[in-house]
Amino acid sequence: MPHISIHKLTVSYGGHVALKDASVDIPDKRITVILGPSGCGKSTLLRSVNRLNDLHEEVSVQGQVLVDGEDVYAAGADELSLRAKVGFLSQRPCPLPMSVADNVSFGPRIHRLTPDQMLRRIGLEPRGDRNGAVSLLVEHYLKLAGLWDEVKDRLRAPAANLSLGQQQRLALARALAVEPEAILADEPTSALDPISAQLIEKRFLALKEKYTVVLVTHILRQAKRLADHVVFLYMGEVVESAPASEFFASPRDPRTRAYLAGEIS
Amino acid sequence: MISRKGQDRVFGWLMGLSLAGVVAALIAIAGCVAVRGAAGFTWRMLIETPKGGYYLGGEGGIANAIVGSLCLAVGATLLSALFSLPASLALQREYASPRLSRAARLLFDTLAGVPSIVWGALGFVVMSWLGMRASLLAGMATLAVLIFPIMTCAMAEAVKAVPPGVKEAARGLGASRTQTSWLVVARQALPGLLAAVLLAFGRGIGDAASVLFTAGYTDHIPRSLLDPVASLPLAVFFQIGTPYPEAQARGYASALVLLVIVLLVSFSSRLAGRRLSRHVLR
Repeated sequence: MPHISIHKLTVSYGGHVALKDASVDIPDKRITVILGPSGCGKSTLLRSVNRLNDLHEEVSVQGQVLVDGEDVYAAGADELSLRAKVGFLSQRPCPLPMSVADNVSFGPRIHRLTPDQMLRRIGLEPRGDRNGAVSLLVEHYLKLAGLWDEVKDRLRAPAANLSLGQQQRLALARALAVEPEAILADEPTSALDPISAQLIEKRFLALKEKYTVVLVTHILRQAKRLADHVVFLYMGEVVESAPASEFFASPRDPRTRAYLAGEIS
Repeated sequence: MISRKGQDRVFGWLMGLSLAGVVAALIAIAGCVAVRGAAGFTWRMLIETPKGGYYLGGEGGIANAIVGSLCLAVGATLLSALFSLPASLALQREYASPRLSRAARLLFDTLAGVPSIVWGALGFVVMSWLGMRASLLAGMATLAVLIFPIMTCAMAEAVKAVPPGVKEAARGLGASRTQTSWLVVARQALPGLLAAVLLAFGRGIGDAASVLFTAGYTDHIPRSLLDPVASLPLAVFFQIGTPYPEAQARGYASALVLLVIVLLVSFSSRLAGRRLSRHVLR
């Protein structure tokens, strides 16, 4: 069963249709890359999965988005617990106005986890010590995001003082700390230098063992490096959706072939 | 036809001139108050209340007005902040439609322009309706109403300036609107919120007209919220308004005390703001 399943999704902002009748299945524990030129509806598709589009004024959504078989747009669906199930990484890292450690523990705190629940999450025995539990949790997720060694001596420092690349890995740690099943990433390396970008890519390759990763990018080479599965969007339409090997070796649609050949961008 | 370089030079001069004019006026006011105030100033006036014949040039000080003004302004600022902070957060797009928020801002701007004597009169009407006497409580409440629109407008600007990405990051983690507002937006906007509080405090402590009817005036330090209370602006008014040079000199000294209080609050809150805002994204 696919982890995330999108059926006939149409999203428009005011009068502008950003996504038309899109249907896509996103497999479990793989990296699915949503590829396409700028303004083709990639971010809209991604943001429909955790309902971050809801924050936009005048947005209208038709169709279904199923996460674990449940329609996230169904009446009475709880978007707050949905967002705990589906983590999100935006294009530019936006540290919350607090310390490095507090950024990581923000998710567990707002979801009102007890110290014992925090410890169980990271696979430790409960011991009823709040501060200890929080610092263990922070350490665990910073390690998972590959940032621990760089920030372990300045956990109390403002997150805004970190470099851009470090901030993006902090955003990853912060997203992982709500213990989602899937990670949605919207061009997460586009604001970063090549070395930081490579660090993030490596993290994604490691994370797909445990998480379903959906990555939006317009960088063809990045898609080739990371994708297990590719969804190609053009002008608000899903043109092609296939396993990466098939997609790059024998694309079916002429638009995909033109895009891969660099004839359209 | 003047050349564009010449135009640049002329406008440069004009801008420099207007800036210099404003600064000069400020220095002149502060200088006049400082020079005249220093002449009539004694340390004892800070701790003594007026004795008999004080306004005729007799013994005593303005401790009643200092304490009164601080109580009035601090109370009114806290009271107003209690409403202004939620109100400014409620003007965010998440809660209010852009139309509603625009209408509310227009309303607050209009209210901020209402002369303070009108608020004083209104406060007086409400007081008599409730059967209250002129008191610290009534003065505080009237002053709070006076500074509420000013504080709310300034706070709403600070809240509006929070980058949307910061809010989205919190919402993306599953934070509710309320959690985002109080844990993230209020923190990010903290320096601006403090500035708003300060602005309102400065406006409040210097206002004479709104407390004229509502807080009354007394030579004593208030013992309860229902006692009448003196204030520095009125102390300045009463003393400079006398024909006695000694009393007039102390009037200027009182104005100096008022100025110093406002400056102290301004500097210390800026310092506090800098310490509290180390986490704020720039």
